[in-house]
Amino acid sequence: MFALRNTARRMIPEWTPGRITLAIVVVTLVAGLLPFVKMSLIVNGVFLGAIIALGAIGLTLIYGVLNFANIAHGDYMTMGAYVALFLLTGLFPTFGIEGEGLGPLTFGYPLLIALPLAAAVVAAGAILLDVAIYRRLRRRGVNAVVLAMASLGVAIALRGLVQVIWSGETQHYPREFRQVFRLPLDVRIPPDSIFIAIVAVVLVVGVYLVLTRTKMGKAMRATADNPNLALVSGIDTQRVIRWNWAIGAGLAATAGVLLAVFQAQLLPIMGWKFLIPLFAAVILGGIGNPYGALVGAFVIGVTSEVSTQWINPSYKPAVAFAIMIVMLLMRPRGIFGDSG
Amino acid sequence: MALLEASRVVAGYGGTEILHGVSVTVDNGEIVTVIGPNGCGKSTLMKAIVGLVKVRTGSVTFRDEDISSQPPERIVRRGLCYVPQSANVFPSLSIRENLEMGAFIRDDDYEGRIAEMFELFPDLAVRPNRKAGSLSGGQRQMLAVARALMLDPVLLLLDEPSAGLSPTMMSMVLERIVDINATGVAFLLVEQNAREALRMSHRGYVLSAGENRLNDAGQALLDNPEVARLYLGG
Amino acid sequence: MEIIGIVNYLVGFAIMAAIYAVFALGLNVHWGFTGLFNIGIAGFFALGAYTSALMTTRPPDPALFEDFKFGGNWSETQFLDLGIDLWFFLGLAAAAVVCGLIALMIGYVTLRLRDDYLAVATLGIAETVRLFFLNEKWAANGSKGLYRIPAFLEGSVSPEHYDYLYLVVVLVVLAILFLAVERAVKSPWGRVLRAIREDEVAAEASGKNVFRFKLQAFIFGAVIMGVGGALFAHNIRFLSPLTFDPLLATFVIWAMLMVGGSGNNRGAILGAFVVWGIWTGTQFLPGIFSDPNFRFFMIGVLIVAVILLRPGGILGEERRITRAADS
Ligand SMILES: Nc1ncnc2c1ncn2[C@@H]1O[C@H](COP(=O)(O)OP(=O)(O)OP(=O)(O)O)[C@@H](O)[C@H]1O
Ligand SMILES: [Mg+2]
Repeated sequence: MFALRNTARRMIPEWTPGRITLAIVVVTLVAGLLPFVKMSLIVNGVFLGAIIALGAIGLTLIYGVLNFANIAHGDYMTMGAYVALFLLTGLFPTFGIEGEGLGPLTFGYPLLIALPLAAAVVAAGAILLDVAIYRRLRRRGVNAVVLAMASLGVAIALRGLVQVIWSGETQHYPREFRQVFRLPLDVRIPPDSIFIAIVAVVLVVGVYLVLTRTKMGKAMRATADNPNLALVSGIDTQRVIRWNWAIGAGLAATAGVLLAVFQAQLLPIMGWKFLIPLFAAVILGGIGNPYGALVGAFVIGVTSEVSTQWINPSYKPAVAFAIMIVMLLMRPRGIFGDSG
Repeated sequence: MALLEASRVVAGYGGTEILHGVSVTVDNGEIVTVIGPNGCGKSTLMKAIVGLVKVRTGSVTFRDEDISSQPPERIVRRGLCYVPQSANVFPSLSIRENLEMGAFIRDDDYEGRIAEMFELFPDLAVRPNRKAGSLSGGQRQMLAVARALMLDPVLLLLDEPSAGLSPTMMSMVLERIVDINATGVAFLLVEQNAREALRMSHRGYVLSAGENRLNDAGQALLDNPEVARLYLGG
Repeated sequence: MEIIGIVNYLVGFAIMAAIYAVFALGLNVHWGFTGLFNIGIAGFFALGAYTSALMTTRPPDPALFEDFKFGGNWSETQFLDLGIDLWFFLGLAAAAVVCGLIALMIGYVTLRLRDDYLAVATLGIAETVRLFFLNEKWAANGSKGLYRIPAFLEGSVSPEHYDYLYLVVVLVVLAILFLAVERAVKSPWGRVLRAIREDEVAAEASGKNVFRFKLQAFIFGAVIMGVGGALFAHNIRFLSPLTFDPLLATFVIWAMLMVGGSGNNRGAILGAFVVWGIWTGTQFLPGIFSDPNFRFFMIGVLIVAVILLRPGGILGEERRITRAADS
């Protein structure tokens, strides 16, 4: 987002022949296919993209500041979804906070409380994990890949924990059946999806404002740019890192809850499976660039959803992966990065 | 007691030792320049003083306090600011945001200080929302110095502030240093353009292979035939 | 349990541990010696296993499997009539080649880029391979799985003694691979790999084509994993996409290498036996310790604990010892 002005300026004068060809190919492809694509798939893809965006923005922020691939990001999503499940089915009912089917939505008002609480719990957990694990490794001055390795361990442990506590069975939030909205062109929108979109928009705008308007947000971008210069400028990089985890993991947890609503089910593996679209979006947008991650998320969401018109739907993750590989071949630094 | 006193500093990277016991002092209000051949450890000395590179043995005293084992953000708070040789601005932040980051630890209103910086470097004031990454080399260097000045430092460490600049830009940057020095800020400089730098310095040091070689008044070093032959290009 | 039952159990255990040791060796080439972060071992595991299985398994009865058409009775065709026992070797070789080719493709795209792109790409390959075998029923019978995979030298010993024979086979393959990897990493080629792992920039600066070396190491490790997959297929003799879930086909192998000592081939093998021993042994414990979910959790904790507390694993990296001996 904050890179928008910058990238826009950089992109306009640099219409190299390669880029023009690429743009023409993409535009013709999209325009040519559009009449054959079911509108409902595109709409569905946008909603999926919104969820991917929340996860991918957090992932790319962590990438930017801490400079490693947080393999556990998907499992932070899973954690968020299950913490909300605990609140909705375990804790809240003892206080009489219950109910489903709020207006046109399948879930009730308790989910509106559970969502921020789950995000806060996961954010706090992420900060604790940083103190217990990643900070020690950073102090030891290890290579970024070792940090990623440690996050793989965290990912496994978190998923194991979810299975120990909640079992590996499919679960779902308390819900009531609701009619979908029927629109022209055979588009059906579940009201839940509208809710998802609203939450996503609010959070994306919120992150944008934090990053561009607050001192801490600017310090996060500064640290991502140049950690050593941030240190000698007097920026409290430890605090930056804590905020970074809080925002990244909080967004992930929110994405997890929304995904559980979107798919109408929870599974311990849901977050791990989401890693491929998350990373695809981050890489598509250029690592460390939240604006890019946002665009990447919608590209991945819509393309993988639209692909189901021709390809077996269960190949969706493979489609996201294929887009990523094609992208890496053509523009390794992302849509907005320099090629080569 | 000198403002900054680095004595017998030993430092390096991983298994290699670069500085084998280097000593440097800077007094209040002084401009001190360090010269020496490429790779002799000038930048490493700067990094050791500000805490980016660990001081293995020896001591660094700043305003009567040992800072040799303090983290950079603590050292900055004491009034010692630093401009690295390269990558010395935040490229994706605007000019204004770069200055704000320079003032990160200030809780008071620093708008006045930003205005002063824009006065000192009018080039930066033209489009304060421009991304630092899109600035020219000279503008970048000025922004880097301005960023470091945001905290009103007592001592400023500049690592090759004129590197890669055109001759006019270079003398412009060096002039600014003299101006700022007149307000009471002390400087420790590393410079490739040794002749110009020594001319405006009170004192200078010559390093070689991680050790002190010479140490004299700026003009005296300029007049030293050995220095002239080895480091000033005849 | 009778003594013979215990022995049989231990033999079965040793076969699996030795197969896992093959994977740990492959991963050691990737991570231990070159610093390549492969989190999609399951992909190579599955490719190796399915490749060898499909080449050696009899074609299915069309009456039973309408949509399963593929599969080779190649061992009985005129094409190359060698009999199943020689086709076993062709199966191993084909598994190695297929994994090597996939590694070449993935590595070619990602190894020029940041280190962690490879991790994401291997993750993607693992998922794609799994989805392929799950959805393409014609290829390997989908989720119902591929069975009656032949065993090597099946008729030559009585069924109750067959495991002894296969243990020997697996150990011989493991020994060959161990020697091959040892030789490779002690050669000048292996020294370059470690130089790359320690400091890529310096290696590049000294004129080494870092990309080439990384690609070679990635292919080498994947080839070993392919062989491991083939050995696995002919041991279990039943494959389904569920066999290759990330836990038992990727995470456990990581735990093995980390525990044993990455960068040390003996450590990789030791780690495989230790972790597989813990994994299978704990199922006899009472209470939560035999809960597979809890063991899942512990694998993650184990990996983190090793990184934090004992980065060298049990044996540590051999290089340090030799260097100390040199000086
Ligand atoms: N981060 C680093 N890791 C390892 N070695 C380094 C690092 N930075 C510098 N060196 C090495 O330390 C030595 C001294 O470097 P330093 O940058 O201090 O020299 P310098 O005198 O500033 O040179 P220059 O005039 O080129 O700026 C050089 O040999 C350099 O290769
Ligand atoms: Mg230097």
